[in-house]
Amino acid sequence: MVILRWMGLAGALMLPLGAVHADNVFITVASTTSTEQSGLFAHLLPSFEKVSGVQVRVVALGTGQALDLARRGDADVVFVHAKSAEEKFLAEGHGVKRYPVMYNDFVLVGPKVDPAHIAGGKDIVAAFQKIRATQAPFVSRGDRSGTHIAELDLWQSAGIDIGAEKGVWYRDTGQGMGPALNTASSMNAYILTDRGTWLAFRNRGDLAILVQGDRRLFNQYGVMLVNPATHPAVKKEMGQRFIDWLVSSEGQKAIASYRVNGEQAFFPDAEQPGV
Amino acid sequence: MVTAGDPRLVQIVALSLRVSLSAAFIASAIGLPLGALIAVTPFRGRRAVIVILNALMGLPPVVVGLLVYLLLSRAGPLGAFGILFTPAAMVVAQVILIAPIVTALARQIVADGWEEYREQLQSLGATRARLVATLLWDLRHSLFTVLLAGFGRAAAEVGAVMIVGGNIDGVTRVMTTAIALETSKGDLPLALALGLILIVIVLALNAGAYAVKETAQRRYG
Amino acid sequence: MKVGPSHAASILPLCLEAIFFQRGGRDIIDGISAQIVAGPRTVIVGPNGAGKSVLLRLCHGLLQPTAGVVRWSGPDVRNAQQRQAMVFQRPVMLRRSAFANVAYALEVAGYPSRERAARAHEALELVGLASLSGHPARVLSGGEQQRLALARAWTLRPEVLFMDEPTASLDPGAAQEIERIIGAVHAAGTKIVMVTHNLGQARRLGDEILFLHQGRLIERAPTDIFFTRPASVEAVQFLKGELPW
Repeated sequence: MVILRWMGLAGALMLPLGAVHADNVFITVASTTSTEQSGLFAHLLPSFEKVSGVQVRVVALGTGQALDLARRGDADVVFVHAKSAEEKFLAEGHGVKRYPVMYNDFVLVGPKVDPAHIAGGKDIVAAFQKIRATQAPFVSRGDRSGTHIAELDLWQSAGIDIGAEKGVWYRDTGQGMGPALNTASSMNAYILTDRGTWLAFRNRGDLAILVQGDRRLFNQYGVMLVNPATHPAVKKEMGQRFIDWLVSSEGQKAIASYRVNGEQAFFPDAEQPGV
Repeated sequence: MVTAGDPRLVQIVALSLRVSLSAAFIASAIGLPLGALIAVTPFRGRRAVIVILNALMGLPPVVVGLLVYLLLSRAGPLGAFGILFTPAAMVVAQVILIAPIVTALARQIVADGWEEYREQLQSLGATRARLVATLLWDLRHSLFTVLLAGFGRAAAEVGAVMIVGGNIDGVTRVMTTAIALETSKGDLPLALALGLILIVIVLALNAGAYAVKETAQRRYG
Repeated sequence: MKVGPSHAASILPLCLEAIFFQRGGRDIIDGISAQIVAGPRTVIVGPNGAGKSVLLRLCHGLLQPTAGVVRWSGPDVRNAQQRQAMVFQRPVMLRRSAFANVAYALEVAGYPSRERAARAHEALELVGLASLSGHPARVLSGGEQQRLALARAWTLRPEVLFMDEPTASLDPGAAQEIERIIGAVHAAGTKIVMVTHNLGQARRLGDEILFLHQGRLIERAPTDIFFTRPASVEAVQFLKGELPW
């Protein structure tokens, strides 16, 4: 009696859920927190959805997690920024082809008091060495994201074996870009971040950009269709259509036109990729 | 976004309610009869079952999210249904989270009620199925609180729905994942405002339900 | 079709054969043998802790004896459980209307829905609750609830009606009304087996007395003989008020 009545109500509630699921004209894109949290997708997707009629559902994770998600066949397209990890993904047969789409750059932010005295410099490797030498607090993503991979590469370039040399000054947070920035902001620590997320980030506290413009801080984004031969459920036509649009002049213009607080956050380079 | 009537906010709130109420009703449809059955049926190992149920009340949402993700993933056993990153997947995760809570609390309430009703219902010769139905209906006012507790846990939960829903804008973004996202973006005032809205909604729902319960209890004794 | 007590083969007499009941290592019922036959109103009396309520529950099947046999009679013995009803000291009312409480008993007993309404109304009529039939049962007064419990039992037309101190929690006026209904139920052909600690009530309602003391059946006699010429020392003490009750 009561149970039946409740189940009826539950059934009524479930209907709209089913309706969402039945609408099948969508693709799932595994991407990074930097693209989602900088607001780029909110800017791009309506344009693509209008011309294609295809809904794009973005699951935002670190680059490593996003690639793992695609490895299980749970995404149709991956849109990430760690070339070495992307090439490994392709080599394993999970992706079809990598298309360079755009770049932005990493910046080193830190407290304005700047205990490591690195402000204004252009040499990111030298800055990392000074942070190590002064043992000034540094927050790391520690989550196999593209930013984390880039940070590890920079420590290596600086001749520092961070795995062996890290001490209490080096905070391995295992979080996304935003939460890691929150941590750095509350600790007044140095942190490597992509420019897009930084521009959109509100809880800056005393942090400011200290080092930028080094060629080694270049951050290339690539997009790949998940291999339908390996993962039959992949919606290859719609997925490829999204990729084609991103690298088309229309898509590239849309990327270039995105502004955060008046600043361009991403630079399209599908024609002449840097990497 | 927090201004009343913002369509994005309305959509997020509506999805939160739809997902968590669905989960609460489904978990109740499973947990209330199951809890009642455990309460009125003596069987070997009942103590162990009760201990396990109570322990399951503390299931970590992230673990549930991960398990449901692995089940619903394309590469998982239920991947063919294609419900990963949909509200349905979030409902599944929340049902798994709160069904033990509903079952354990219902068992306790029905066990207490059973003390009072046992001789009378046995005297009337009720079958076990009828015992369960009768007790559930007669204790409905108290059991309603169990439903609310389940809903509250479901609505407040973020770890599991983040993993199986993916926090997709306009599709699976609910109050808690929106709060987590705004916190990530460092927009703490907006995150806090969303949090307040969630609290107010849960509070209003509980107050309304409590009033209904009180009135009914006064009426039916 | 369901039939009243007068139409079916009787399940009486009820035979208690050397029954024992232990709880917590104590003998609550310590070897009772008796036959309870159709007709006379049987009233069980005895001091506190004599085992009266437990004996009633053993008869009704709510408790199983640790040793001995409780046996009903006749060809219809398999349905004995459906042919008896019980009214408890504190009535347990379901959270629904007075009418629905009576109809519930009929539903559980398998009466088709079209018969339930008429039967339930008839029972409410008998106990004088027809005007309150739509009221939530749990908000009725104690006396009304006990009358409703009697209606719920009577509507099943039981051949045997067990009652455990049905008026113990009621004021004298309400108790009097209950006694009137018990008389009417008995007059309509139902065997009454009742526990009471109210000796006046035992005298008024009982045709025969079973006197229990410390789990044993000490004395069994017609009511006037028990009260005027008790045969056992314990009964004499009990009637003088020298045993706790």
